Amino acid sequence: MKFGIYPGCSLTGSARDYNESVFALAEAFGLEFTQVPDWNCCGATAAHNLNKELSLALPARILALAEKNGLEEIIVPCAACYSRLVVTRHELKKDPELKNRISEVIEMDYRGTSKILNVIEWIDKYITPKLDEKLVKPFNYKVACYYGCLLVRPNKVLGYDRAEDPQTMDIVMRKIGAETIDYPSKTECCGAGLSISRTDIVSKLSGKIIEDAEHRGADAIIVACPMCHSNLDMRRPDINKYWKTDFKIPVLFVTQAIGLAIGLSPEKVGLKRHFVEVKIS
Amino acid sequence: MAHSEHHTENNSLASNIEKSVEVKAQKCYQCGKCSAGCPVADEMDFPPSMVMRLLQTETPENDEKILRSHSIWLCVTCEMCLSRCPMEIDIPSMMDFLRQKSRSEKKVNKKAKNIIAFHKSFLNSIRFTGRLYELGLILDYKRQSLNMTQDISLAPKMISRGKLHFIPTIIKGTAQIGRIFKKTSN
Amino acid sequence: MARIGVFVCHCGENISATVDCGKVAETIGKLKHVAYSTDYKYMCSDPGQTIIKDAIKEHNLTGVVVSACSPRMHEPTFRKACAEGGLNPFLCEMANLREHCSWVHEKNDLTTEKAIDIVRSQVEKVKLNSALQPIKVPVTRTALVIGGGIAGIQSALDIANCGHKVVMVERSPSIGGHMSQLSETFPTLDCSQCILTPRMVEVAQHPNITLYTYAEIESVEGFIGNFKVKIRKKAKSLDEKICTGCGLCTTKCPQKKIPNEFEQGMGMRPAIYIPFPQAVPNRPVIDREHCTYYIKGKCKVCEIVCPTKAIRFDQPDEILELEIGAIVVSTGFDIKHADFFPEYGYGKYKDIIDGLQFERLASASGPTTGAILRPSDGQVPKNIVFIACAGSRDPAKGIAYCSKICCMYTAKHAMLYKHKVHEGKAHVFYMDIRSGGKNYDEFVRRAIEEDHVNYIRGRVSTIYERDGKLIVKGVDTLLGAQPVEIVADMVVLATAGIASSGAEELAQKLHVSYDSHKFFAEAHPKLKPVETNTAGIFLAGACQNPKDIPDTVSQASGAAVKVAALFSQSELTREPLVAAVNRSGPPMYSTCVGCFLCQSVCPYQAIEREDFKTRDGKIIKTVAKINEGLCQGCGTCVALCRSKSIDLQGYSNNQVYAEVVALLNEY
Repeated sequence: MKFGIYPGCSLTGSARDYNESVFALAEAFGLEFTQVPDWNCCGATAAHNLNKELSLALPARILALAEKNGLEEIIVPCAACYSRLVVTRHELKKDPELKNRISEVIEMDYRGTSKILNVIEWIDKYITPKLDEKLVKPFNYKVACYYGCLLVRPNKVLGYDRAEDPQTMDIVMRKIGAETIDYPSKTECCGAGLSISRTDIVSKLSGKIIEDAEHRGADAIIVACPMCHSNLDMRRPDINKYWKTDFKIPVLFVTQAIGLAIGLSPEKVGLKRHFVEVKIS
Repeated sequence: MAHSEHHTENNSLASNIEKSVEVKAQKCYQCGKCSAGCPVADEMDFPPSMVMRLLQTETPENDEKILRSHSIWLCVTCEMCLSRCPMEIDIPSMMDFLRQKSRSEKKVNKKAKNIIAFHKSFLNSIRFTGRLYELGLILDYKRQSLNMTQDISLAPKMISRGKLHFIPTIIKGTAQIGRIFKKTSN
Repeated sequence: MARIGVFVCHCGENISATVDCGKVAETIGKLKHVAYSTDYKYMCSDPGQTIIKDAIKEHNLTGVVVSACSPRMHEPTFRKACAEGGLNPFLCEMANLREHCSWVHEKNDLTTEKAIDIVRSQVEKVKLNSALQPIKVPVTRTALVIGGGIAGIQSALDIANCGHKVVMVERSPSIGGHMSQLSETFPTLDCSQCILTPRMVEVAQHPNITLYTYAEIESVEGFIGNFKVKIRKKAKSLDEKICTGCGLCTTKCPQKKIPNEFEQGMGMRPAIYIPFPQAVPNRPVIDREHCTYYIKGKCKVCEIVCPTKAIRFDQPDEILELEIGAIVVSTGFDIKHADFFPEYGYGKYKDIIDGLQFERLASASGPTTGAILRPSDGQVPKNIVFIACAGSRDPAKGIAYCSKICCMYTAKHAMLYKHKVHEGKAHVFYMDIRSGGKNYDEFVRRAIEEDHVNYIRGRVSTIYERDGKLIVKGVDTLLGAQPVEIVADMVVLATAGIASSGAEELAQKLHVSYDSHKFFAEAHPKLKPVETNTAGIFLAGACQNPKDIPDTVSQASGAAVKVAALFSQSELTREPLVAAVNRSGPPMYSTCVGCFLCQSVCPYQAIEREDFKTRDGKIIKTVAKINEGLCQGCGTCVALCRSKSIDLQGYSNNQVYAEVVALLNEY
């Protein structure tokens, strides 16, 4: 089985761990990816904050490249990239005039035919059906699945899970043996793109999420977004400084947890690259 | 119909928003649910519902307050407001519009300097290589924001974990990316 | 030779602001066959009508065109004026210059031109009008009241007290409706059951009222004064004549875990049950869906313990056919459950309840005998939050309209709580306080000023649980959207009032219109608030839109008066605007060829067969005949008739052609 992947910039840099776990999972399940050839950055928060047209053109180029190369389905592990791609497809579908204009800007035909899958959708479709037979080390921990914003909002555009108290990641985690907790911070914002420019705000917001998960007895926080991960993991010293706390709860990508459950080594799924030590294995 | 002339003359911020992003400020009935759910409301000079109220007045003074506000730059586009708004007012799209308007009219709030510096560094980074070069972004941001010491301890830890590269990846279509930037920089 | 009179109305400025009425009258006056033409500021006023009456006599008019508003309101006015002037009322037509012209166009010459065209077409039509006689139909003086809540009870008693027969149909086992569930009522805080139950008993005992509970409307046919209604009496699985209502069966039934509807799910009931102690009739029914005998074929405990042997497991549903003269629809409302609001956690957290559940908590007859206790652990909540508009005024997730009653009942709830838990704190999140009504605002002020209920203007964003408490997050918009976080023990959601389940199906059975929210539609929002668009069917209470008790009772009495007025005459007069199959002398008798396609398409079963026979009884020809009592003048048969033998009186093909031709031709 071969399908497209748009890794996005984070996965080639600060979220290498996520990338490794996605590819390790694919390998373990005999799945093969084709990268969208010559892909570019989706523009992220910066583009739509400063220039709307640019924020549509950059993802449109990615989608057009995928179409041109016959990739009917592309998996987008980064929740932020996923959101930008889906929003772009939605906006261009809504407004044919804008679609023509953007096609002109990117110097490529854009039709909007490629299907975009987020990481949980990909897991549901290709991993879950074969999960039971591969499960060797049930993930017997109490976990707080953290969805953040971009996987579930805006719900009318993404049409994925429900905006309040989403369940898809919880279901996957329960399948590999975890106990999932109900907690209100599930879809609260971690501070997102303010990580560098307003580290104080990120520390405050991410700290609230971590406190909530720890308070309710979670052993780990499970995420599906590199931005959430870097805010909750890499920013942990800032968070602990801001709140004068000593939060130690580790933050794992959902793909890492599944990887461990099917017997992959912590190194293989990139756990050693985390800032907060992961004592789970 | 009798009022059509009045409408065409209206150049308030609210009517600009309605024309550009199809968000109708008058739909807001000030329930405050957006402000109650907004993660950064307490940092804002005007929480989202107050921005809506200022817009509704359609006075030049209040329009000015919005464009010069810190709020529009603090909004992290988490979409919580839209997802809970009983009137389905697309505040996030409106915020994108306000940020661009604030910049094009050179009314950016001084406190938002770093936030914009970061966004600019980010776009600069992808403009020339096609992809984000994180080390380049951090260095460029430091240059723009003059925050030389910030996150200085983070870099070695990132390097030791293989999370920071020293050489950027340059895609083949950089010329095309350059043209995309040019064509969209109205 | 036709002599037509044309009367152009200014409608104050409604028409004359954009149409040159003088010019219309002048131009029309020059047309052939127009004997008289004039304009006047208010044609519907007394002097206006006098102009018409005088002109009929003076100019010996054979037809009248009143060029004014839509015929909906004033056609009867002008037809009556013509009759008083000595002209057959059906020789009067209206040209609609207001809705069709002046209101929708700017002031200019073209608008006046259009007005002239509209009048011309009516002049051509009225030339072909023929004098018609009204149709008389008999009236069955029995009213049907659908729904036994306070609206139905009030209507039924009022009609019955006028001396007319009433049949009341209620689908649940007891009458009483939502009012029987309420604790105390605003703005006087009198006990709901204390004022309601005597009325319920009165219904049951009234010699003019026949009560069918556990019954539903199967079908409705016919028309005003002459409805034929089929009622399905669902099997109660016992003989009501033998049952004494001792209640022994209800205490012995082994199945005891069915959520009690009357307690809004806050208590349990058995499978054979009396909904509440004051129920009317006070007889149990078996809920077959949950009864062990009907599910597994075994049990019959109720049959064994029944001292009078009243249980009938094999009792079938019964269909009753009734002749009814008028119908009052009083099916009430439901509340929209708050589970569509995931951010408010209803259904997830036990201590978040809705307004009707709070009524049961506060009611002396409720599951806690009136003590305010939280459902999760039976503790007295020390901090309670009420959220108004939890579903109302919320196009995104709830309903767009205001449910009207919530502001008042929320104030009442907060007040009742404070009266019972003196040391407790009550908070109300609200957007606006809508307290229009006699002594209503005073009531809300009392809650704020005397009972110290903390009103916070703002909508709650989310509620979640932490360490056994409910965290309510909102803002105070009057303090510049300052965050407010309340650690509460219990939350009450003022959920929206919506149309009763099954309202749409009932509306279709009754052929009455309903709005997009499935509320029954009144005939006119201001001047016909209790009538529907179907003659003889009236509305009472919250089936039309959410209403409080005083409004409901007033409207119910209004509907009752409409019924009583209808029943005050032995026969009804109907407009003769019905279809007619032409007739001629022998040997043709009619151009109708007897194909009876018309019969198959008539929605009102108004087409009958008529045989023409020789003297010795041999059938020569069978042709269609219209039953004038049933025909509604829809015209479907006219359009379908292949031999063009049917015409609609007052709207014949020739009349409509004349109108169209007038519009096409220059003058």
